[in-house]
Amino acid sequence: MSDNTINIDGQTVPFLPGQTIMEAAMAAEVYIPHLCHNPEFTPHGSCKLCTVSVNGRSAAACTMPAAAGQQILNNTEELNANRRALVQMLFVEGNHFCPFCEKSGNCQLQALGYYLGMMDPHYNHFYPARAVDGSHPDVLLDLNRCIMCELCVRASRDVDGKNVFGLTGRGIHTHITVNSPSGRLGDTNLAVSDKAAEVCPVGAIIKKRHGFAVPIGERLYDHKTIREVQTEAHK
Amino acid sequence: MSEQKKIRVATCSLAGCFGCHMSFLDIDERLLQLLEHIEFDRTPLTDIKHCGPCDVGIIEGGVCNSENVHVLKEFRKNCKVLVAIGACAVNGGIPAVRNNIDLWECFQEVYHYGIGLKNGQIPNDPELPLPFDQVHPIYEVVKVDYFLPGCPPPADAIWKFLTDLLAGKTPKLEYETLHYD
Repeated sequence: MSDNTINIDGQTVPFLPGQTIMEAAMAAEVYIPHLCHNPEFTPHGSCKLCTVSVNGRSAAACTMPAAAGQQILNNTEELNANRRALVQMLFVEGNHFCPFCEKSGNCQLQALGYYLGMMDPHYNHFYPARAVDGSHPDVLLDLNRCIMCELCVRASRDVDGKNVFGLTGRGIHTHITVNSPSGRLGDTNLAVSDKAAEVCPVGAIIKKRHGFAVPIGERLYDHKTIREVQTEAHK
Repeated sequence: MSEQKKIRVATCSLAGCFGCHMSFLDIDERLLQLLEHIEFDRTPLTDIKHCGPCDVGIIEGGVCNSENVHVLKEFRKNCKVLVAIGACAVNGGIPAVRNNIDLWECFQEVYHYGIGLKNGQIPNDPELPLPFDQVHPIYEVVKVDYFLPGCPPPADAIWKFLTDLLAGKTPKLEYETLHYD
């Protein structure tokens, strides 16, 4: 066996030194379900959807460095059941109403629900009271749909150089805050062309006046699974 | 062909819009095919007021008032298999959007301050079921055996779901027919 390979579900996958399991898997077109991870950004490791079994121990594939000879389980019934439970928890923890959400069909949380065969949210709903901020002329912030992946925080800080968003509070009280004296998005220097305005995997950050530009039925995950879409995108 | 006992099916809409029932009717002429295997107990089609012993109960809508709970429990008691159909039964749906609005404020807005209203009155007839402060999906009240999400689920999804169920199989939807919207 070559030194720089790992084994994912019986498939030999090469890796470059310094790559994570997720990066090596993506390069080899092996799909590991993920939500807070976006290959353009530093891994965050918070959603735990990419949890795989590495030599018998659980690890987040997006943060775990690949190391020679790792025996990894990924697409197993048990791991996918755990992932389904995580998606269900994200659904009941926020207010996710797909029927009137503009992100429906393009939403990664929804697409993962479909991919993992989620038929119901299973857990009791929290129905938390969360704010909607429409103060920005071009961007709507709806915290009902936020899953705290921190992608907008990372994009604004690392790409836009603006630090418009931040995460505050702990545990169940964790939430996104807006970095302006009033706490309103309209009082920040966020621009609609910013990376932070387009990186949201769910419908929490929505560009105004683009509603239904692509009709339901012709959207990203309407005919292709998130596995197919993301594997193609990373080719 | 031997005369088989028909599967008895009851359906109802709680805090729903009857959209799922309309989508069910969208199976069109396949309804006749279905009626060779099933018969209806309480449904909006039969006008039977109370659900009797059934094989399958199909519930549309979430739980928003005391009457919903009575109906839901009656269905659970009488149906061997209970199915939640549509977004509202599965997660509360559109009616649950009021969950963070105070019920009294909600009533005032609807009956007193709404556009075009004059001398509005909040209905308080004792015949009316008591509304809850929140709308919840039915599985938070009774055990539900199967879920068919969608707003509404497409007719083809309902057809596939029911034919699987009648064939004694665990219903399985194709990727493109499983939708939460």
